[in-house]
Amino acid sequence: MTATEGATPTIVLVGHGMVGQRFLEALAERGLTATHRVVVLCEEPRPAYDRVALTSYFSGRTAEDLSMTDMAFIETHGIELYVGDPAETVDREAKKVVARSGRVFAYDTLVLATGSFPFVPPVPNKDAEGCFVYRTIDDLLAIEEYAATATTGAVVGGGLLGLEAAGALKGLGLTSHIVEFAPRLMPVQVDAGGGAALLRTIEDMGLTVHTGVGTQEIVVDESGAVTGMKLSDGSELATDLVVFSAGVRPRDQLARDCGLTVGERGGISVDEQCRTVTDPHVFAIGECALAADGRVYGLVAPGYEQAETAAATIADDESEQLSFTGADLSTKLKLLGVDVASFGDAHGAAEDCLDVVYSDSRAGLYKKLVIGRDGTLLGGILVGDADAYGTLRAFTGSVPPVAPESLVLPAGAGDSVQLGPSALPDEAIVCSCHNVSKGTIRGAVTEHSCTTVPEVKKCTKAGTGCGSCVKVLGQLVTAELEASGVEVDKGLCGCFSQTREELYEIVLALRINTYQDLLDRYGRDGARGGDGCDVCKPAIGSIIASLAPTIGASGYVLDGEQAALQETNDHFLANLQKNGSYSVVPRIPGGEITPEGLIVIGEIARDFGLYTKITGGQRIDMFGARVEQLPLIWTRLVDAGFESGHAYGKSLRTVKSCVGQTWCRYGVQDSVRMAIDLELRYRGLRSPHKLKSAVSGCARECAEAQSKDFGVIATSNGWNLYVGGNGGATPRHADLLAQDLTDAALIRLIDRFLMFYIRTADRLERTSTWLERIPGGLDHVRDVVVEDSLGICEELESLMTAHVAHYADEWATTINDPEKLARFVSFVNAPDTPDPVVGFVPEREQIKPDLPLLTIGHRPLEGSAQR
Amino acid sequence: MTLAPETTDLKVQLQLEEGGPDWFTVCDLSRLVPGRGVAALLPDGRQVALFRDRSGTLYAVDNRDPFCGAAVLSRGLTGTHQGRPFVASPLLKQRFDLVSGQCLDDETVRIATYGVRTA
Ligand code: SRM
Ligand SMILES: Cc1cc2nc3c(=O)[nH]c(=O)nc-3n(C[C@H](O)[C@H](O)[C@H](O)COP(=O)(O)OP(=O)(O)OC[C@H]3O[C@@H](n4cnc5c(N)ncnc54)[C@H](O)[C@@H]3O)c2cc1C
Ligand code: SF4
Ligand code: FES
Repeated sequence: MTATEGATPTIVLVGHGMVGQRFLEALAERGLTATHRVVVLCEEPRPAYDRVALTSYFSGRTAEDLSMTDMAFIETHGIELYVGDPAETVDREAKKVVARSGRVFAYDTLVLATGSFPFVPPVPNKDAEGCFVYRTIDDLLAIEEYAATATTGAVVGGGLLGLEAAGALKGLGLTSHIVEFAPRLMPVQVDAGGGAALLRTIEDMGLTVHTGVGTQEIVVDESGAVTGMKLSDGSELATDLVVFSAGVRPRDQLARDCGLTVGERGGISVDEQCRTVTDPHVFAIGECALAADGRVYGLVAPGYEQAETAAATIADDESEQLSFTGADLSTKLKLLGVDVASFGDAHGAAEDCLDVVYSDSRAGLYKKLVIGRDGTLLGGILVGDADAYGTLRAFTGSVPPVAPESLVLPAGAGDSVQLGPSALPDEAIVCSCHNVSKGTIRGAVTEHSCTTVPEVKKCTKAGTGCGSCVKVLGQLVTAELEASGVEVDKGLCGCFSQTREELYEIVLALRINTYQDLLDRYGRDGARGGDGCDVCKPAIGSIIASLAPTIGASGYVLDGEQAALQETNDHFLANLQKNGSYSVVPRIPGGEITPEGLIVIGEIARDFGLYTKITGGQRIDMFGARVEQLPLIWTRLVDAGFESGHAYGKSLRTVKSCVGQTWCRYGVQDSVRMAIDLELRYRGLRSPHKLKSAVSGCARECAEAQSKDFGVIATSNGWNLYVGGNGGATPRHADLLAQDLTDAALIRLIDRFLMFYIRTADRLERTSTWLERIPGGLDHVRDVVVEDSLGICEELESLMTAHVAHYADEWATTINDPEKLARFVSFVNAPDTPDPVVGFVPEREQIKPDLPLLTIGHRPLEGSAQR
Repeated sequence: MTLAPETTDLKVQLQLEEGGPDWFTVCDLSRLVPGRGVAALLPDGRQVALFRDRSGTLYAVDNRDPFCGAAVLSRGLTGTHQGRPFVASPLLKQRFDLVSGQCLDDETVRIATYGVRTA
């Protein structure tokens, strides 16, 4: 396989990591995949994946989730990708690469993107059984397997990756140690003060930190497996597993072997176009490259910039001349739940600069700004609270419009100010992953008429990398929309100018317990005294129902005025079907049901001629009931001990479960018990949209908890809680909110989470969209419900307690109330006459709606515009 | 708003022909919950959706949802849009003006309305 003279020119890419993949995208964007043959040699057994998010594998993301490679992209662009086949030699004279498989590729252009390898200090027994590095998915799989038989783990290196690795070991249930040679953690990113704040928080999490000591030897037993390590202070640390995370070194061996110049401390020397200084046909990008400014960059954003530069250079387009002259090393991380950010000249290397420091080691807070003589913000470090990172980073290099000390004080202390992004100059880089300026973002709104953050993300790519700029992005978009005169009426509907959240606050604070009272006092001018509309009535009906016991309203949704507020499904406590009949779904908590229960359902369905189907929510739906049959059906169901499943309500649907520990050989907790407890606790809770949940008995996740609004996965130490998952049209994986919770802690946290969601979500906003929308996202929600940053957790819990205490099955209430029962008739003047439009025909030994009945003598069905 | 049962024994009546002399008695006024509807069956099989608003005004329109065919408009939510009373179909949510029968979301569609009174 060699290219012949005159054939399409060939680009060979060695290394399919994050930067390599970006390079391929950059080639495709410039049309080079059409004019060139593109060959990719990928050493790992899987194509490019998100190495930055590697650790999330331990919180439930799979290797597939981490993938950054869309095979359709590879195929559409005709890219030849050889997975598991690394390049072994390069012959620059003949312009050929030989892969391990023996394949030979002739190239016109060779691009090296081989990344780094983890540095392992040359201590005795460093390769013993139980010693690992932390770089690839395969590394994680090996660690995970070994950890299953271990109880203690130690990480060598207290830098960024070391802390991640230590967090991962803790997540695997090991007692974890960090051994760092420097006197503080994260010596590269933070200074002594920041290191102290970090140390305190990390020790509070139960990790043991040993700073200022080196590893001298790995101690092994007679079989050669790790049992401990000898430290430079003479002590010995017992451990079953060691992860080396002592820095990385560029993978430049291939380049050395073929005579390319490499730096003294490694890295393939390249010029500002990322072309190797030795050979104009060879480029190097990413962590293996020694950039023109003499540095090797160990972060992904500079690598991406290099990928773009190399692609633009290869395209040789006059109009686009990029060069890579260096990059900002700003980073914001969430390490073990602690915010850590550093940006610009974080260590104050510039001459004559001054520091402004705020430190509260009790709270694990440390903030430092580096200011130049003329007041220019040069850089800074934030530990414990990095909310201001996005704005501060963008201000770096300019004189901020307010006094610097006011920027680091915590909100509420002294004259702290929240510096809004509107103060930023247009050139300020808001998204450093994609190098997007404030001006570009404003342009997306004013010139490309984007009106939402997702649209702006799509249009500018801003916010689609590490995500740390999304908060600022949201503020900019709103400010821009408001400035351009787009009246952003955030009102719920034509009747109320308040948002749902504001109405909730009004109802709760003033204990308003009827819709009419709220409308007459707080409605828009023209709407007061009127009849409201189909948008606000159910939304406010839902707020009143959620808060019923607290505000002194009836908890029964058909009581008094509340009946008039409900959607038809809630009004008939059943789901309306296309021909006007209803479906009936009794609650089957956790999906567990006795044979007797199944028989009762079967008998009822048979006696009323209902169509039966197992639902996607682990229960049974009976379809085809006429409205006047509902009370009869429910009388029998209630007698047999069933209650409403609220399949009709914007309320808790099901808590699915797997069989769990009781039966399953892998289960580590009783998932069925927990699912039933949760379903019974939250049943009947009215919320902005439906709520779904699931509990899995182990990480195999048979109950699909990560696709639920709140999902629970058992661990050997308790429960992990995930939130914000969604199936449906826009699926979203749930995010991990907290780990290893006890039963009580789990329930308390879910109480708070749900009540906070009910309080702040928009109408018909699932937890997934809510979490994406609210400022601060998951971090903010975690601050509120875990850390109690707003001081409202007690209130949230008591609201839930009141709900639980006042729950009553609404079908049992209904069948005992003759006045309500009188509403369950087809015709007010002919209660015994069934609606003739509700007819059925047989199908597969059951029934289905007789649809022709619906069209007889009338318009056909088209034009049914949905609102 | 309270829903104390009516103490009067007023009846709701529907006009069988537009402008015609015949009124058909449907039910007691007390069966109509403000803001909600009920369905009534006419002698010839037509179905009517009857509503009562907050001020006590009554409305009557055809019960059939012209978009889906099912006889369910009486089960929709009511409200006012720019001062006009409407019912929203419980199926696909199109709104219909309760006075004129005009669909507010599709100008080509209009449903029948009926004269209604209490007696
Ligand atoms: C019966 C069932 C399908 C089945 O035969 O399995 C079903 C049926 C309906 N689903 Fe569903 N969904 C059913 C499981 C699901 C699932 C799977 C699950 O829960 O595990 C999903 C995806 C998971 C999720 O919600 O995240 C699902 C996502 C939806 C959605 C999209 C929600 C979204 O956020 O995108 C809707 C539309 C909506 O709610 O706005 C919907 C709406 C509906 C409605 C209520 C549509 C309607 O308004 O008429 C259907 C009427 C049910 C009825 O008349 O009884 N259904 N629906 C399932 C009932 C489960 C239960 O026991 O309660
Ligand atoms: C746990 C972890 C967390 C991180 N967190 C962050 C973060 O928060 N922010 C940040 O900016 N950066 C972070 N990084 C660093 C970031 O992942 C790297 O900067 C980035 O992956 C570099 O991309 P690359 O393509 O140059 O190298 P890589 O992604 O390492 O890809 C190089 C690929 O080349 C392959 N290869 C090597 N030699 C050959 C050969 N001869 N033939 C074929 N293939 C070969 C390798 O197997 C590898 O797959 C993190 C890294 C790790 C490990
Ligand atoms: S999730 Fe785990 S415990 Fe539950 S059934 Fe699956 S493998 Fe078994
Ligand atoms: S800064 Fe990383 S996505 Fe914008």
